[in-house]
Formats: sequence, structure tokens, C-alpha cells
Amino acid sequence: MESLSWSQIIVEVLIRFIPVWISLALTFSISIYSKRHTGLYGKLFDSPLGMIGFGIVMFWVFTAIFADLIMTHDPLTQVSGMKNKLPGYPMSSAGKEGVFQHYLLGGDRMARDVFSRVVLGSRIVLIIAPAATAFAFMVGITLGLPAGYYGGRFDTTLSFISNLVLAFPVILLFFLLVTPEIRLAGIEIGNYTWTIPTIMASILFIFPIIFTIILFNSRYFTQPNKRNFLVGFTVLFGGWLYLGLAWDADPLGLISIDPNILIVFVSVVFVNSPTVFRIVRGIVLDIKTRDYVAAGQTRGEGPWYIMLWEILPNARGPLIVDFCLRIGYTTILLGTLGFFGLGLSPESSDWGTTINSGRRLLSIYPHPALVPAFSLMSLVLGLNLLADGLREESLKD
Amino acid sequence: MVKFIIRRVGLMILTTLCLTFIVFFITNLYPNLEKLAKTQLNFRMSDDAVTSYLEKNGYLRPTPVGYAQWLGVIPGYVSEPDKDGKITGRCKLPGVTMEDSPKYCGVLQGYWGYSTVFKEPALDILTKRLGLTGWLMLTVMLVMIPAALLLGIFSGMREGSKLDRTLSAFSITSTATPEYVSGIVFIAIFSSSAFGLKWFKGSATSAMDDITWVNFTLPVMTISLYGMGYIARMTRASMAEVMTSQYIRTARLKGVNFSSIVIKHALRNALIAPFTVIMLQFPWLLNGVVIVETIFNYKGFGWVLVQAASNNDIDLLLGCSVIAVIVVLATQLISDIGYVVLNPRIRIN
Repeated sequence: MESLSWSQIIVEVLIRFIPVWISLALTFSISIYSKRHTGLYGKLFDSPLGMIGFGIVMFWVFTAIFADLIMTHDPLTQVSGMKNKLPGYPMSSAGKEGVFQHYLLGGDRMARDVFSRVVLGSRIVLIIAPAATAFAFMVGITLGLPAGYYGGRFDTTLSFISNLVLAFPVILLFFLLVTPEIRLAGIEIGNYTWTIPTIMASILFIFPIIFTIILFNSRYFTQPNKRNFLVGFTVLFGGWLYLGLAWDADPLGLISIDPNILIVFVSVVFVNSPTVFRIVRGIVLDIKTRDYVAAGQTRGEGPWYIMLWEILPNARGPLIVDFCLRIGYTTILLGTLGFFGLGLSPESSDWGTTINSGRRLLSIYPHPALVPAFSLMSLVLGLNLLADGLREESLKD
Repeated sequence: MVKFIIRRVGLMILTTLCLTFIVFFITNLYPNLEKLAKTQLNFRMSDDAVTSYLEKNGYLRPTPVGYAQWLGVIPGYVSEPDKDGKITGRCKLPGVTMEDSPKYCGVLQGYWGYSTVFKEPALDILTKRLGLTGWLMLTVMLVMIPAALLLGIFSGMREGSKLDRTLSAFSITSTATPEYVSGIVFIAIFSSSAFGLKWFKGSATSAMDDITWVNFTLPVMTISLYGMGYIARMTRASMAEVMTSQYIRTARLKGVNFSSIVIKHALRNALIAPFTVIMLQFPWLLNGVVIVETIFNYKGFGWVLVQAASNNDIDLLLGCSVIAVIVVLATQLISDIGYVVLNPRIRIN
């Protein structure tokens, strides 16, 4: 077997991504066809930059979804004779049926396939980053709305705390929070050990539930039946997820989260929430002086109804834009954690960890580090372009 | 204004106290102390040996007491006399008995503790390493700020033009490239044997003694690139806004030529917003510095922070956080004051 040339590698890689190309083509044709009916999302397809950004982001989303189809090898298997091999190197077991014949993007220093690792890594990044951002938004919105709306001592206290977190250098915070030791230190209450990560998770994960309950309660206050059903459902379903995720105590045993991932997740949410809080608070301070808020107050609407159903929908533009940017920033933070070898196991195929393990032999074999580096960069770039496109289009009305 | 500054400084001190207490609390959690003891003596220590080591060195006092000792508001820790009747303590000076050493020794007295990793007083390490990082920061500032402002001004002065599109694309890409990505890409391209261009060095260790073009370019480029895009985008937005304002239109109608409109009329107002952004960029640079010093093995402040954190070197880590927090808060204060000074329309009461 011979090594593949660069053009052959490109063709092979493009072929591997066929499921992604098909899905992208479908997404784009449907979206462009119906763009006059889908509001802000449809307008995105009027701006070329926004479309490119959306394309890049969706490329990685579909890659994460179809990772099992795209991967050529098992990302953890070490194949003898493939250590640090250049892209396109043929497998030592060439000719065997059912085994892909080449390492498309070469092998890393543990003789694993770089291509498959990057593809699977996209799945880790694309689950943690958007989810952590969403949680940070829930925390920021639930606290930022009343802080901006009521002001006063509540606002002063929360602003002080958020400034406190923001004054902490992010890397120092990660080095303090994301260590194996921190999971050992805890206070035992009953038969449950409360460690710093579980305490933080218990506090941060309760906000989405509170947010949803208040949301339904204020909306359907006048329809008790509907309200009771929705709130009850939230408490049951949210409580179930909460038990599984925060305390690892799901009574059904279905939901649980790897403690390594939990601590990474919690610290990323913790770092992002204060900024979201500040943004939401700023927007509320601006919007609450508008006439429609005064009209709502005169109609006798409750404060939470005004906050969640009058102010929040009108703040969606900047929040959606910031959401996109923040997913990119969270991706960078996750990469930083991986880069310093914090949190996720060294085996993990997420991009930061792969960059970190690849950089040791950088000056001789750059490919194991460069491939995840460019993947990370392209995803963040896509998110930035998407945010830019959304901002431009939302400013047009 | 004076009242405003006093209040802000008070808030700064309160924030620093809170944050250092948090750092102190986390570094003094028992598993972290255990790690410290094991890195100090040996990794196969028995649990009893760990406890007795920690007991002897005064790590097992209640956290608030220890924090007050570190701060210097209560007398420093003094050990029980050992078998030979010798006593040691936090405040013991080398070559002096415990009785002649000062009773209080904390940050307030100018004693920042002793680094367990480097076996030197923490303050000495920090001043030396900060000096090295200072050079890096200074060079980054000298490269990044003019480049970013030029990028922003050129793309903001004719919004929507081809030049604007090209420069904006560049600045968006640079904000999407974190230091650990651009750093390794630069090393791979400019200093690896794989690409064959051996223009620069992939390590900046030699720059600690002698800064040269060859060993300092890549670290400076890496940090500047990530910060540059953001400042450039802010400058662009502010420039574009100024260029649509009434007084620029008046100047144009009067027939002032374009270059002097930009330089004489627009620039002054357009640079107020970027000033704040540049000042607030300092905390970000701190992150960049930690990453870049790790990649390029430049042993400055960021490198010390990583060493202190991974070895749980309590005093050194506390010193690092004091400095980091002060840098963050001081730049916020300067940016607020500068904003008022530069923009006479805003007055603080």
C-alpha cells in the first residue's frame, strides 16, 4: 500500500463527510426556500457572511451528530506502527476487509487516528459548550431581570458578587476549581458528601427550574388548571434531571454525568454567568423606562409577568447575538482547560486536550496538534460570523 | 471625583480581601494540603506522617486564623518546641532565633510568605517574574495597540467598502483564534522542521536574558493577535458612528479634504471608546500571558502562576492572585477615570 497524496487525502476526507454535505444541502435549501416565513432566522440568509457562519456552525453540528458514520477508526485504539505517521499513511494491516486502509490525517504520538479523534471531539465540544452557555444564560437571566427591574440592595449585592467573579483571572479560577483534589474535600451531611463542585452544581442547576416555573406561573396565572399542569410537569421532569445531574442520585438510574465533565461544566457556567447577568441587567435598566412597561404596570400586571413576558422578548435581539458569541467563547474556555490538562481525562478526544498532547512534538510532527487547532478555530469563527450576521440583520428593522 | 476614587479604592480593597480569602480557603482544603505535604517530602507518605508534617508547619489551624496570619493582623504561627526544644514559626528570620523575629508577619508588614516550590520568599519571586512579564506586556502593547487602532480606523472610516470588508474579516478571524491555537500554528509554520521555515525560535527561554527578534517575535505575535481583533472591532464601530455624525457632514460640506476630516475631526472622538476597551483588555492579556508563557516556556508571571497552582504553593499562589486582582481592578478604575477625563460630557457625582 502506498501513502495517499495530498489531493487524494482531500478527496477521501470529503467523501467521509458525505452525510454532513447532504444534511447541509437539505438545511440550506429548506431554509432559503422558506426564508420569508421564518423571521430573524430567515433573514440570516440575506447576509452572505451570516450564511457562511451558519454553514460552518452547522457543518460541525452535523459532524457531531453523524460522528459514528464519519469516523474511520476507533479514536482510542492504538495501532502498532502508526505512531506519529504523516497524513495519508497506509495501515500496517493493509488489505484486511472492513478496516479503513489509511490514517487520513496521520497518527498521533499514541498511534491513534487524528481524523477520527477530531471528529469525535466535535461531539464533546458541541454538547458541553452550548449546554453550558444555556445554563449560564438561565442563571444570568433569572438573576439579572429582578436586579435590573427592582434595583436596590438586591441589585447591589448581586452586582458586587458578579464583579467579584469577574475580577478573578479565569485561569487561576480553573486551576483552583478543576483539580482532582477538589472532589475529595467535602463535608458529609447524612450519607452524602458535599464537595465544592456538587455545591456549585446544586446552586447553578436550580436556576433553569426556577426560571421555567416562574415563566409558566406568571403566564398562566389566570388559568390555574393549565398552570398547575405545566408547573407540576416542570417540577417533576426538572427535578428528575436535577437529581441525576447535580447529585448523581437519579432514582431511575438513567441520568448521570461523569464527575470530570460535571466540574468542567460547572466551572464554565460559573465563569460565564456574571457577564450574562451584567448584560441582562443593563438591557432591563434600559427597557424598563419604555412606555409599554409603564402600560403593563398600569394594567396591573405582576412584576414577573412584565419581566418575563414584556421585557425579555424585547431584549431577545442582543441576547441571541451574545448567545452565539458566548458559545464561541465557551469553546475557547473548554480548549483552555484541555490545553492545561485540567478536568477531562488525557484520553479524551476533545480538541483542547488533543492540542495539548500534540504540542509536545510540535516542531517535528505538527499534524496531531494542527488539525484540532484549526477545527476549534473554524467553529469559533463560524459562531462569530453567525453572531455578526444576526446582529446586522436584527438592526435592520 | 475624589470621593468617587476613594469609594472605588475601598471597594477594590474589599474585593481583594474576598478573593484572596477564597483562594486561601481552597488551597487550605485538606486534600490540597495533603498534596502539598506529599510534594514537599515524598509521595508515599503515610497519612500520619502527612498530618504531623502539616501540624508541625502550622497548616492545620482554622482557615480564618490562618488567613489573618497571612494578612498580618494576628501574630504569626509559632510551633510547639520539638525534641531539641527548638521552635520555628512563620515569622522566623533566617539566622535569628524565634524570640528575636518579629511577631507579626503578613502581607500588611510586607512579608508575602515563603514559596514551597522555589524555596525563596514569594515576594522576591514575584518581583523578578513580573519584571520579565512586564517586558512581554510592554512589547505586546507597543505592537497590538497601534496595529489594532489602525485596523479599526481604516475599516471604520468608509463603512461597507471593500477595504472595510477585508479588514473586518481579518479582525473577526483574529478574535476566533485563541492563543493556544495561534501559538502552535506559528511554531509549526515558523520554527518547525516540518515546514522548513526556521525563521524564529519556538521557545522564548533565551529571551529572559536577552530579548532578540528571533526569540521574542512569536510570543508577542501570539498574544497581540487575539487581543487585536476585539480592539479593532470596537474602534471600527466607534469610528463608523463618528463618521455619520453631523459635524463631520458639516466639515465635508465645507470642502475639507477627507484625510484631514479623519485625522483632525473624527479621530479624537472616535478614540474615546477604544481607550476603555484597551484598558479592559489587560485582564484578558493576563490569560494570554499564562498560555503563551506556557507554550513558549518563558518563565514570567504566568509561568509562576501555573507552577504555584499545580504544586499548591499556597503563599506564592496567594501572591499571584493579589497581583492579578489588583491589575484587573486598577485597570477598571483607570478606564473609568480616563473615560470621564476624555469625554467632558460625562460627569461623575
